[in-house]
Amino acid sequence: MAGSTASLRAYVITRVALMFPMLFLLVTFTFFLLRVVPGDPITAIFREGTPPDVIDRIKTQLGLYDPLYIQYFRYLRDVFTGNMGTSILTQRPVLQDISYYMPATIELTLSSMLVAALLGIGIGTFAGTRRDRLPDLGARLYGSLAYNIPIFAVWLGWLPVSGRFSPRLSAPPTVTGLYTIDSLLAGDLRAFIDAISHLILPSLTLGIVLSGFFVRITRVNVIHAMGSDYVEAARARGIPEQNVFFRHALKNALVPVITTMGLTFALLFSGAILTETVFSFEGMGRYVFQAIGYRDYPAIQGAVVYYGILMVIISLFIDILNAFVDPRIRY
Amino acid sequence: MTGWSARGRTSLVGRLLGRFISQSKTFAGIIVWVGIGIVLTIVVLAIFAPFLAPFDPNTKVATEETPPGGPFLMGTDRSGQDVLSRIIWGARVPLAIVAVATTISLVIGLPIGLLSGFVGGRLDRILVLVMDSIYAFPGLLLAIAIAAIIGRGVLNVSFAVAVVYIPTYFRVIRNHVASVKQEPYVEAAVALGMSKRRIIGRYVLPNVAQSVPVIFSVNAADSVLTEAGLTFLGLGLPPGIPDWGFDISLNWQRFDSAWWATFYPGLFILILTTALTFVGEGLNDILNPLLRKKEYKAAAET
Repeated sequence: MAGSTASLRAYVITRVALMFPMLFLLVTFTFFLLRVVPGDPITAIFREGTPPDVIDRIKTQLGLYDPLYIQYFRYLRDVFTGNMGTSILTQRPVLQDISYYMPATIELTLSSMLVAALLGIGIGTFAGTRRDRLPDLGARLYGSLAYNIPIFAVWLGWLPVSGRFSPRLSAPPTVTGLYTIDSLLAGDLRAFIDAISHLILPSLTLGIVLSGFFVRITRVNVIHAMGSDYVEAARARGIPEQNVFFRHALKNALVPVITTMGLTFALLFSGAILTETVFSFEGMGRYVFQAIGYRDYPAIQGAVVYYGILMVIISLFIDILNAFVDPRIRY
Repeated sequence: MTGWSARGRTSLVGRLLGRFISQSKTFAGIIVWVGIGIVLTIVVLAIFAPFLAPFDPNTKVATEETPPGGPFLMGTDRSGQDVLSRIIWGARVPLAIVAVATTISLVIGLPIGLLSGFVGGRLDRILVLVMDSIYAFPGLLLAIAIAAIIGRGVLNVSFAVAVVYIPTYFRVIRNHVASVKQEPYVEAAVALGMSKRRIIGRYVLPNVAQSVPVIFSVNAADSVLTEAGLTFLGLGLPPGIPDWGFDISLNWQRFDSAWWATFYPGLFILILTTALTFVGEGLNDILNPLLRKKEYKAAAET
């Protein structure tokens, strides 16, 4: 046992160490990609007809006329000192922008993951334990259909379809930035209900689409587990079918499911652009989409660094979690 | 030189095809055929669009937002264009992009994955790091960035979509090769002093090739969605080209008063992607021996 903890620790250290070359690659790649492409932030943001000397002055101020390698090293230095720069479009520090758009994304991510996990694992295990019978066929159909619903082909009028909060109510005082939590902290029930009702439709939509994928993954892994030797051995010992499933099969089936869900979770934190667009939900996805449109270099680069770190941390977390669920996993 | 490679390929295709046909009465076989049937129907629609579409997709033929009925089976959109005609013409873009994008990502991802898995060592570690970095980046965002950079056009969109899927091929193939490499028959070939090219072509490739059709069809469904997402966000295609995602972006805000202009393009995206998913799911069942082996055990359980 001591050996496995030590090897796990070594593995964590390696992974954390690997994070730096990966981030470096990401940052460098993004930096040069943005510079070799046609267009720059100033021409994208200012309308035509802006006097050339004004444009020149701003470009000089921003250092856009410096040689590329100087811009690059200046940028690397900034990143290493934790300075993500100032967004050219919003004129605010990129970190401040990200912390403004982040809570919306967190709310949407958590609530839609909840929907997706409940539906996905529920339907997936139900189908997997009834292979090739009617419920299974139904679940497979659901899995294929739900996964492919184009998010933007959705609808309806009975729930607020846009925004995070009704403009006629005053937003709760900011503590976490999550409207649902903040309104509860402030003891404002009406605000809480309002925030939740704005959240329902986007998270149902996103959650159902994601659940399609989870159903398929869960189903396949439950089938795998139910056909394995240890399940047969457990049955041979006369253990009731229910216990066989919950105590023996399910745990093993969930390892790959946790991995997939974790990675999806990480991807969601980068913002579900389509969902955010359809429901006018101002989150990270919209922010980055807009930043790309305006060639807002600092904002894009900042977001990429943030994604990279998030991705590494979450995949590390998944690995550790899996090592606990399945003690056979050694690193 | 050409002799061995031709022989290798025939036996490989023959083997896969044989397995495929022998399974055609099972559930997996049926959904593969259903999927292929639907995809082919849409291909026919796209190819013969000039003859099949009742109206010109880019002309105003009626009052805006005429409900479905009469000569307009699916109604007209907010520009007074016939929705059905736009759907028939609009099938061309997703199909072209699926074909081009999946081919590009296959042609790049497969060889790199083979090489990385077979050679191993430092090259492998570097390639895995690079591919993981691309993979870590959210797909649609990556496609948006690339599409914003290289500009509009069907080929450009295909390229943007392809980049997203290269790491998928790479990962699956590389991991598969790394395990196949340990097999006795590969070690025997190494011991006999065969060239690396020959070992990869003759022994490794045929044994990992079964993963390709599955990744291919899964990515195909996904790339339809990515393409629709791109055009929905207004990136990608020059104006005047009918496209499902683009049509939804034009009409979705008027869903309450004219649902048909959004619903039908969305429905067709759903039909095409589901058909491609069916192909992938079925192929997975047929080609993935691990799942097949468990079949009798699962039957014993019920």
